[in-house]
Amino acid sequence: MSTAAIAEKRPSSLRGASLPKWSPYAIALGSLALAVLIGTLGGLHSRVQWGLIAALLFILGTYGVSARVEGRRQAKDRVATSLVWVAFLLAVVPLVSLVWTTVQRGVKVLDVYFLTHSMGVVADTEPGGGIYHAIIGSLEQVGLATLIGAPIGVLTAIYLVEYGRGRLAQAVTFFVDVMTGIPSIVAGLFILSLMLIFKMQPFGFAGSLALAILMMPVVVRSTEEMLKLVPNELREASLALGVPKWRTILKVVLPTSIGGITTGIVLSIARIAGETAPVLLLVFGNPFINTNPFEGAQSSLPLYIYQQYANSVGSGAAYDRAWAASLTLIAFVMILNLGARGIARWKAPR
Amino acid sequence: MDISTHKTHTGAPAPTPRPAASQRKHAARGATRLGDRVFLGLTRGSGILLLAIMVAIAGFLAYRASLAISKDHGNFLTTFEWNTGQQPPVFGIAVLAFGTVVSSIVAMVIAVPVAVAIALFLTHYAPRRLSGPISYVIDLLAAVPSIVYGLWGALILVPHMNGLFGWLNDYFGWTGVLSWEGGPPRSMLTVGILLAVMILPIITNVSREVFRQVPRMHEEAALALGATRWEVIRMSVLPFGRSGVISASMLGLGRALGETMAVATVLSPNFLIKASLLDPGGGTFAQNIASKFSEASEFGRDALIASGLVLFVITLLVNGAARMIIARRKEYSGANA
Repeated sequence: MSTAAIAEKRPSSLRGASLPKWSPYAIALGSLALAVLIGTLGGLHSRVQWGLIAALLFILGTYGVSARVEGRRQAKDRVATSLVWVAFLLAVVPLVSLVWTTVQRGVKVLDVYFLTHSMGVVADTEPGGGIYHAIIGSLEQVGLATLIGAPIGVLTAIYLVEYGRGRLAQAVTFFVDVMTGIPSIVAGLFILSLMLIFKMQPFGFAGSLALAILMMPVVVRSTEEMLKLVPNELREASLALGVPKWRTILKVVLPTSIGGITTGIVLSIARIAGETAPVLLLVFGNPFINTNPFEGAQSSLPLYIYQQYANSVGSGAAYDRAWAASLTLIAFVMILNLGARGIARWKAPR
Repeated sequence: MDISTHKTHTGAPAPTPRPAASQRKHAARGATRLGDRVFLGLTRGSGILLLAIMVAIAGFLAYRASLAISKDHGNFLTTFEWNTGQQPPVFGIAVLAFGTVVSSIVAMVIAVPVAVAIALFLTHYAPRRLSGPISYVIDLLAAVPSIVYGLWGALILVPHMNGLFGWLNDYFGWTGVLSWEGGPPRSMLTVGILLAVMILPIITNVSREVFRQVPRMHEEAALALGATRWEVIRMSVLPFGRSGVISASMLGLGRALGETMAVATVLSPNFLIKASLLDPGGGTFAQNIASKFSEASEFGRDALIASGLVLFVITLLVNGAARMIIARRKEYSGANA
């Protein structure tokens, strides 16, 4: 490149010299080629190493060229730009790898048989079996948790937004925030300590209680945000007509924000559907179909994945089932996420 | 259920915030008053229930923990063993505390710079058309269940770590921290990397929101003085967003401290403190609970609850601090707006 020619233009131009638009791409291509060359000559097998060398060369090259042509400040700016891009690409790598392997390995055994059979008579190391019992357990536990957690969460949010003043409201706000950060295993241990006191055996509803604890703060937070979006004029109009406050809330405020509230609840369901730790402690896992969440151990999808992995290390059949169950779980969570976005768009306040 | 029990004793005098307006309609109030009172009782009752749950968590964990710790024949804080089955039982959290802190620090060191860079990318670098979809991708990262990360970490990430570990050992083995005896790479460094991937979305999301709040005027003033984009970020965006980034990192830290399944699947635990991040070993609070739970007796479970209590207190402190920083900056930015 004729850097000297560009540099000579500098004094005459008001803007100072700048690299042409295509130069980052050129430097990227050059450093990639150089990295491949170094990689093959140096006998480096890992493509990741090639990538790292290429990234390093790119940053050094950008800085060098830019500092020569445009000056130090511009060079720093360009390096920052490329570092930010590298960081972004770095974050995408694990996501792509995770989704790709889950889909690729998951589809191997994922079929109707897998979805409609339990592990009842199948040893963990043998092929066959399915996740029917785990799906039933997951749906029941998450459903019960939602029945408990969602109303309490929504009511608390109503209290904070519509009534909340003074010490109590401040305390609730703060502890809701802190509660969001409770590790799921601690929620599980809390219910476990109750079960130890009352000498109870593991059962599905105990898991639901722990999941409800994890769900409540998330619902409170999202509902609060949505209620705050409702314009005060609506409340005032209703109150001015002589409608009592509670009817105003039920008939005016909630219907206005119902879309956002539902979205928040669905997202929180998606969050607790993937929780493993409390279920491991409280529901324990069960290869047979148990449709009664109030008695006896159950399974759940995340727990099934963990047990397929942990109980039969090295068994290909068990790993295949774990991946297939992961694919089912991710699909379930993603459908909930997309559904939540759909609701938000459909019911958005107009 | 729970709500109705609270209703009875919280339904009492309700300071309705609009006394003047409703004073004249004295006759009409009789009927509506009851509904208001019940509704306020219900909503306030749920708020109180949330507080009660927090208190109950602390109380019951402390009670069961005290049962276990009182029979512990080692020092609960400094013992390097976890033998709850033997007589007399000897167990302590020294190794777990060390492992939890080390793995979280590794995760933070990796995740925070990357997350801040991605947040800057989304707010200042990405073309506007890309910014939306990329935010969505980051949200997807957050939505993936931790057990799937665990499975991916154990079966995909671990085999890929061999190359990196060998390289680190070759060039940085002399530090002692990055030496490797060639065991399976199910070590604290691998755990830290996996945790970094998992806490990346939350740090990114919170930082992004903070960077969005930077007053346009600050940035435009810097640009008008001839600053490059990087200088704008260094002079106006980062100083404004510093406290937000700190609290975002602490939220991420809270999540890393309590993560269970991803650590339980990836780490091959033992009760030793090692200087090297690369050799397998160590453990974390959550991982120890998950892996010891199924074989534990009732006493063993109490001991695990005791370690859970320590984890609870640590995460409470970290999250509380993070929230306080956020609350303070909210007031600040509110005054600015």
